[in-house]
Amino acid sequence: MKKKLISVLLTGVMAASLLAGCAATTATAPAPAAEEVKEEAEEVVEDVEEAAEEVAETAEAADGELISVGFAQVGHESDWRTASTKSCQDVFSEANGYDLSFVDCDNDEAAQKEAVRSFIEQGVDYIIIDPIIATGWDTVLTECEDAGIPVIVIDRTIDDSDKYVSWVGSDFLTEGKAAGEWLKAYAAAQGITEINALIIQGTIGSSAQIGRTDGFQSVADAEGWTVLDKQTGDFTEAGGQEVMESYCKSYEGKFNVVVCENDNEAFGAMTAMDNAGVTYGPGNDVILISYDACTAGLEKVKEGKITADFECNPLAAPTVEGVIQTLQSGGTPEKEILVPDNWYALADQIVDFSVDGNAQTMIEVTDEVIEAQY
Amino acid sequence: MKSKKITWNTIKSWNLLLPVVALILVMAVNIIYDVANGNNPLSFFTITLQQTTGNGTILYGRIIDILNRGSEAAILAIGMTLVVSSSAGTDISVGSVMSLCASFCCMLLAGYGVSSTSQLAVPLIVGVLGGLLMGVVCGMFNGTLVAYFKIQPMVATLILFSAARAIGLLLCNDLIVYVRNDSYAFFGSFLGPLPTPLVITAVCAVIMTLVLKKTALGMYIQSVGINDKASRIAGLSSKRIIFLTYVLCGLFAGIAGIVASSRITSADSNNIGLYLEMDAILAVALGGNSLGGGKFSLAGSIIGAYTIQAITTTLYALGVSAAQAPVFKAVIVIIIVAIQSDPVRNYFKKHSAAKQAKGVA
Repeated sequence: MKKKLISVLLTGVMAASLLAGCAATTATAPAPAAEEVKEEAEEVVEDVEEAAEEVAETAEAADGELISVGFAQVGHESDWRTASTKSCQDVFSEANGYDLSFVDCDNDEAAQKEAVRSFIEQGVDYIIIDPIIATGWDTVLTECEDAGIPVIVIDRTIDDSDKYVSWVGSDFLTEGKAAGEWLKAYAAAQGITEINALIIQGTIGSSAQIGRTDGFQSVADAEGWTVLDKQTGDFTEAGGQEVMESYCKSYEGKFNVVVCENDNEAFGAMTAMDNAGVTYGPGNDVILISYDACTAGLEKVKEGKITADFECNPLAAPTVEGVIQTLQSGGTPEKEILVPDNWYALADQIVDFSVDGNAQTMIEVTDEVIEAQY
Repeated sequence: MKSKKITWNTIKSWNLLLPVVALILVMAVNIIYDVANGNNPLSFFTITLQQTTGNGTILYGRIIDILNRGSEAAILAIGMTLVVSSSAGTDISVGSVMSLCASFCCMLLAGYGVSSTSQLAVPLIVGVLGGLLMGVVCGMFNGTLVAYFKIQPMVATLILFSAARAIGLLLCNDLIVYVRNDSYAFFGSFLGPLPTPLVITAVCAVIMTLVLKKTALGMYIQSVGINDKASRIAGLSSKRIIFLTYVLCGLFAGIAGIVASSRITSADSNNIGLYLEMDAILAVALGGNSLGGGKFSLAGSIIGAYTIQAITTTLYALGVSAAQAPVFKAVIVIIIVAIQSDPVRNYFKKHSAAKQAKGVA
C-alpha cells in the first residue's frame, strides 16, 4: 500500500515537472527532457566531486598507511554488476588497509571520465576502471600516466589505448570452449556418438555472445558436430521461449543438445520444451547447456534441468588486489589476467576435460554452493 | 452469374480485405518454402494435439504460436486504435507501461525487496488488479495531459515512455523479480488446450467490440477524431472521450504487461514490452486505419498485430539469421503499407473503372 502511494506520488511529481516545463507551448516540450538529462549529468558530476572531496579529507586525515583506490564502476544494471561492486567494496575495505572511493557512473561515459579526472586531482594511489565504452580513453589515460597513477581495467576492455597496467576479467571465448570440451568428454562418457546442437545466442554483437558462440563453434568444427541452427534470444527469458518454440517445430526429434548463452534464455527454453513434450537435463533426451551460473541458474542445475552451467565470474576484486600488491612491491603484473571462472554440474555430469591443454575442474552443485553464489 | 458478381463486389468493398490478404500472403510464403524443401506443403498450417510435460494436452503448431505470441501486440493494438482514432496521435508509452504494470504486479506478489519467490505474498487477484490499476493510472496521466492540457500525444506520452520503465526498475530494486508460482504462470500458459493469452485477447476484443457497437461510444470516438470542435458543439464532451480512450489504452497495456510477465513468471523490467509500442502502432496502420484519426476498425488492428507476429514466426521458420531478420521484416512491411496507400488504391480504382467503361462501350 505504501509502495502504491509512492508510485502515485512519483507520477504526481512527474506531472508537476511536466507542467513546469511545458507551460509555454507544446513545441518547446522536448526541452525539459534535455534539461533533465543535463541535470542528471550534473548530479552525477556533483556526486563525483563529493566523492573526490571525501577522498581528499580522508587522505588528509589518514596517516598515509592506507592505500587509496578510486573505482569508476559502470552502473548497477544487473545482479552480475551488483556482485562485482560488492566484491570490490569488500576487498578494498579499511580493515584490509585500503581507502576506496567508489563512483557509480550510471552508464554515463562522460561522468565516468569525469570521475577518473577527479581521482587524478585528488591524487589516489590506484585507479580501477570498468569502461562503459571501449574507445575514447587515450587522453584520460595519458593524464593518469602523467600523474603517475597506475590504472587497472576490469571486466570490459579499452581498445584505443594501452596506457594501463593490467586488464582483469573473464574470457568469454574460454567459456565457450569449456562448454564444448565438456560436451565432448560428457558425450564420450555417455556413449553419445552424434551431436546435433541448437544454439540460442545472446544479443548479437555483445562480447559475451561473440566469445561464447565462437568458443563452442571451434570445438564443434573440430569434432564434426552438426550445429542445426543459431538464432538470438537477446539474453531474455521471453526470447529463449520464442526461439525454442520455433526450434521444437523446425527440428522435431532431430536435436540432442541445446546451448543457451545465458541462464534466462535457458529458463525460457525449458518452458518451450515442456510444452513440446521434449525432456531435457541429465539422463533425458536433450543435453541443456547454459552460461552465467547465477543463483537461479544453479538452482535449475540442482533440480536436474540444466545439464551443465558455465560461469562468468563477477568477483574480479581479489585478482585486482593481487595486481596492486605486485605493484606495491615494485613488480610488474601481467598485461592480461583472467579471473578464474567455475564450471558447475551435478556429480554424475562431472567429467574430466581440458581447455587449450589446461585441465579443468568442475564444481558439484549443492545447496551450500547455491547459497554462496552471488 | 449475377449473384457471383455481387459477391465479388462485396468482397472488394470489404474494408478488411487488404489486411486479410496481407496476412494470407505472409503465411503463403511458408507453403513455397516447404514445397521447395520437399516438406509437407501445409506443415506450417498443421495444428496437432501435443502431450506436454505438466500442462496436459495442448494445441500445437505454428499457427498457434502466431496466435499465442502475437497476443500482447494485439491487446495493445486495441487500445492504440482507440487512442489514434480519438486524438489523431499515438500513445508511445504502452511498452514501458506494460513493463511498469508487470513490475508492480510482481512486486506485490513477491513482496517489496524479494527477488525470487515461489510463495505469493498477497492473493494472486490483488497483484493482478494492482498491475491493472497501475495501467489505468498511467492511462489517466497520459489522458490528462493530452485531453485537458492539449499537449501533443507523442510529447505527452514520451514522459511515461522514458519514465515508466525506470519506475518499474525502482519498484524491483533494479533486479529481475521471479515469481515462480504455478498460479501466476496461468496467464501466459494454457487454458485447457488453448493458449491463455489468446483467450484473453479474444475476451478483450469481444468486450470492446460489444461496448463500441452496443453503446454510442464507438461513434463518439470517431466523431471526436473526425472533428473535435463540431463534436463539442453537437454536445459531446470531447475532452472526456479522449481522456477515456487513453485510460482504456493504459488498461490494455496493463493486461498485456501481466500476460508478458506471466509467460516468464518474472518481472524483467528492462525487456518486457521493449519496442512493442512500435508494433502496436504498426498494427493499427497495417489494419488499414488512418493514423490521422477518425474512422477505425478494431478487427483490422488485431489482424495487423497478428500479421506482424506472422512475419516474425515465418522468419524463424525459414531460419533467417537474427542479424538479417529486421531487413526482411522492413521489406514486407513496406510492401503491405504501400499496397494500402491511397495512390496505389486510386491507381487500381482507375484501372478497374477504365476496364468497366471499356466493357460498357
